[in-house]
Amino acid sequence: MVRVMLGGTLKSAAGGRSEFDLEAGDIRELLTRLGELCPELKHRLEKGVAVSIDGRIYRNAWFEPVPPDSEVFILPRMSGG
Amino acid sequence: MQLDAKAPIGDARFQQVGTRPVRPDGVDKVTGRAKFGADQKLPGMLIGRVLRSPHAHARIRSIDASKAEALDGVKAVVTCADFPDIVSGEVMAVESDESLRDIVYNVMARGKVLYEGHAVAAVAATSATVARNALSLIDVDYEPLPHVTDVDAAMRPDAPILHEDMFTSGVEPTPDKPSNIARRLEITLGDVEQGFAEADFVVERDFKTEAAHQGYLEPQACLASFAEDGQAELWCCTQGHYSVRNACARLLGIDISKLRVTASEIGGGFGGKTTVFIEPVALALSRKAGRPVRLVMSRDEVFRATGPTSSTSMWVKAGVTKDGRITAGEAVLKYQGGAFAGSPVEWGAMSAFACYDLAHVKVVGYDVVANRPKAAAYRAPGSPMSAYAVESVVDELAAAIAMDPLELRLKNAAREGTQAAYGPKFGPNGLVATLEAARAHDHYQAPLGPGQGRGVASGFWFNFGGETCVSMNVAGDGTVTLSIGTPDIGGTRAAQCQIAAEELGIEYGQVRAIVADTSSLGYNDTTGGSRVAFAVGMATIQAARAIIEDLCGRAAKIWDISPDAVVWEAGAARPASPNAGDFDPLTLADFAKAAANTGGPIAGHSEINAEGAGISFGTHIADVEVDVETGRVSVTRYTVIQDAGKAIHPGYVEGQYQGGAVQGIGWALNEEYIYGEDGRLQNPGFLDYRIPVASDVPMIDTVIVEVPNPGHPYGVRGVGETPIVPPLAAVANAVKDATGVRMTTLPMSPPRVLQALDEAKDVPAEGGAEGSEG
Amino acid sequence: MSRHVSTTVNGDAVDFLCEPEETLLDVLRDRLALTGSKEGCGSGDCGACSVMLDGRLVCSCLVLGPEAEGRDIETIEGMADGKGLHPLQRHFLEQAALQCGICTPGFLVAAKALLDRDPEPSETEVRYWLAGNLCRCTGYDKIVRAVLSAAAEMREA
Repeated sequence: MVRVMLGGTLKSAAGGRSEFDLEAGDIRELLTRLGELCPELKHRLEKGVAVSIDGRIYRNAWFEPVPPDSEVFILPRMSGG
Repeated sequence: MQLDAKAPIGDARFQQVGTRPVRPDGVDKVTGRAKFGADQKLPGMLIGRVLRSPHAHARIRSIDASKAEALDGVKAVVTCADFPDIVSGEVMAVESDESLRDIVYNVMARGKVLYEGHAVAAVAATSATVARNALSLIDVDYEPLPHVTDVDAAMRPDAPILHEDMFTSGVEPTPDKPSNIARRLEITLGDVEQGFAEADFVVERDFKTEAAHQGYLEPQACLASFAEDGQAELWCCTQGHYSVRNACARLLGIDISKLRVTASEIGGGFGGKTTVFIEPVALALSRKAGRPVRLVMSRDEVFRATGPTSSTSMWVKAGVTKDGRITAGEAVLKYQGGAFAGSPVEWGAMSAFACYDLAHVKVVGYDVVANRPKAAAYRAPGSPMSAYAVESVVDELAAAIAMDPLELRLKNAAREGTQAAYGPKFGPNGLVATLEAARAHDHYQAPLGPGQGRGVASGFWFNFGGETCVSMNVAGDGTVTLSIGTPDIGGTRAAQCQIAAEELGIEYGQVRAIVADTSSLGYNDTTGGSRVAFAVGMATIQAARAIIEDLCGRAAKIWDISPDAVVWEAGAARPASPNAGDFDPLTLADFAKAAANTGGPIAGHSEINAEGAGISFGTHIADVEVDVETGRVSVTRYTVIQDAGKAIHPGYVEGQYQGGAVQGIGWALNEEYIYGEDGRLQNPGFLDYRIPVASDVPMIDTVIVEVPNPGHPYGVRGVGETPIVPPLAAVANAVKDATGVRMTTLPMSPPRVLQALDEAKDVPAEGGAEGSEG
Repeated sequence: MSRHVSTTVNGDAVDFLCEPEETLLDVLRDRLALTGSKEGCGSGDCGACSVMLDGRLVCSCLVLGPEAEGRDIETIEGMADGKGLHPLQRHFLEQAALQCGICTPGFLVAAKALLDRDPEPSETEVRYWLAGNLCRCTGYDKIVRAVLSAAAEMREA
């Protein structure tokens, strides 16, 4: 079981709910499950988000494993200029 | 080579990294040989020019280009009819959220023009004169509409609406009337009301900043050539030729691999060249004309019709206890992103309070559209504005409790393990190190003269990694060529050669780096986001290590020992220990001679999606002198202190610090987009859009702090963007120190400063810091 | 109606045809393939097109092509002069006084014009002389240092 928190501006996108508990082995599974639990977020998740696992930020890493007791945040995706 | 995160600064293990060699592309640039976007030509080349809207907002009733097409010398005319009508949802490239529908609409208007300068049609002709004459022969029937350029005005319920299908997202319930507010967003941590209740002093302020332009000296320029078989070549100045290729292929309806984009040398970008404006137009003209087309923007067009940053309207409130604990931070940020959704308000919101360890934060952001050119990224997009507001208020908190502003920041600084308001905990970072270095710097102790003041501010940028491909090849004499896919704006080729030389244990001069075209390598994200030294460096390291592994394997076969018994040291394969055998070392040159016999050409390559980018914090100290008769603010001394993780080439890291700081000084003091009542830009040129010149600024002192980023083998952090974040507030805080007046509107141009000084004379005391009840 | 112009560029006799409204900058870049001088603004505000015209520093975007008749023009391409880099060019490289490099030709031509008339300028004099050359990448710090150090080296020679 992984506790997933919505960070940045995504909390408000999910209608106020910001914490989810779900089963996931890697980032792809995590995002799929999250989209099922929270349909308002699904479009945003498909468009692209960043995932922070214990502070390390991943932008496009479907197969990155999510260890069971890690702190996971879903964040808007960063770019720059 | 594993990096120990606690390795000391000035690590003696590095031979090349940390030195200051001359860049390999430098001679071409000091002799005029280097070819930029407008410097290339092809036989039969036509000159392209774009017809642009004179109205800030208008319906296009009809376009009649027949007279232009008939003009002798005109070979092609294009309008929106030559581009696809893209369905919502597609994005420009994987790493960019830019809507392709908005891009194609911005590249060539359809139905309506949304800002003065919006492209309406384009021609390709045999000379610039014919092209210019052809534009005047294109009849566009406009129906002017009411317009709005100010962000607050654009948000009013009675404002002219730009997009009838824009319904504010992020509000419940979804509105049933369209507005100019594309999105409302919110970040919360804890409970700000509780936080303010704990405070002894609360400060709140309104701020307004005007739009600024990246100000790159090289206008957008490209040369497009479409062949009869549908294959196309594009030469252009860009920060990302791979994403340009994606966008242009989509807009021209061709396979991506049919289009080869070559990045010219680029004369500055700062984020403004991470998107497309004229490139699809040049390709469309070339396809229609059957000849190459050169399209170059004039400086006037660059200001009117490329991508300045947002103008903003902000409110910030913060509370502090008597002994200096900041208890809560709240902000409302309204950013207009031009005629299309996508202002950087989200980044502004996420970075606003990032320098502080706060339990209670609430930031609300609004992404607003207005009749202005579509905003593009500008160095740490969104962050300088919110930092200006927050760092100004923090300065006021310090004054309210009579605490030194650096001490207040140190007391509340985000550290390793601090939970950011936007979610995750920070890893090791250099904020405290930069604050301590600022406090210890002799700039901070230097005496000030009459009319002078000093201000400090901190700032932050996220940085990212991204998709990166490099290819490294060993030539017949053992020297090395390195192909990278990210345009070199600030010294990349030098840094990558240093990294390659470091890994291979050879001399810097034995590596030559080039920026390859899109056909030569896999996808590369843009040069931006402070990602190149980090991500391309990582790929270069991996490519070098692949070569080393290959060559150690070849040595093992030559010596008939196990590959585990071979090491690579000081530029050669060697037996790992005397037990492995007594063999002479084999250098790259030795292997190169034997390459054909030992497995073929020697090469290493790397295709990665670099993760683990490290944040970069900075603290700046600004001294100003204010002339109370003219309102002129002069910067008399300036110091940039920033965490680079590990500086590959300190000279170019210093260059990023200095360049970003001076852009920030310009934004703080003089740079602004000035719109008339008619919605037209009044200052589209360098005379009246006043960027700093050499006589405006002093030497910019720099201090490179190195707190290694554990996500990179050398500890590298991106540095390019953070330098522009603190200056707006540092200069504003210095002006407050010099005059007692808090400037809440940017830029602090002489008329504004004079007005503020006059108003201050009429007000007995500067209000704003209130003690709270209980 | 094209005009025929005879002039000298970097010491070489040169002839070209140009329209009356073409600027000297257009001529250098498009007729003579000397693309080292750059157009940053077209209105004389940025200095990226700086050249010497009869020993005087000018913005070539403000000079018309036909005005070059019988004159002596020096551009960035003539600075190294086949014998090696000019000290200014070398110091710019060694001190990392360029990042993107688009403004560099203009700065080098302008700096050389300064040192030709004043071999020992102060920092302030360098900054005010170069105020007509815009740079957006460097913040001017390393450019000014490179000019001062090149001047010092040239005084010793």
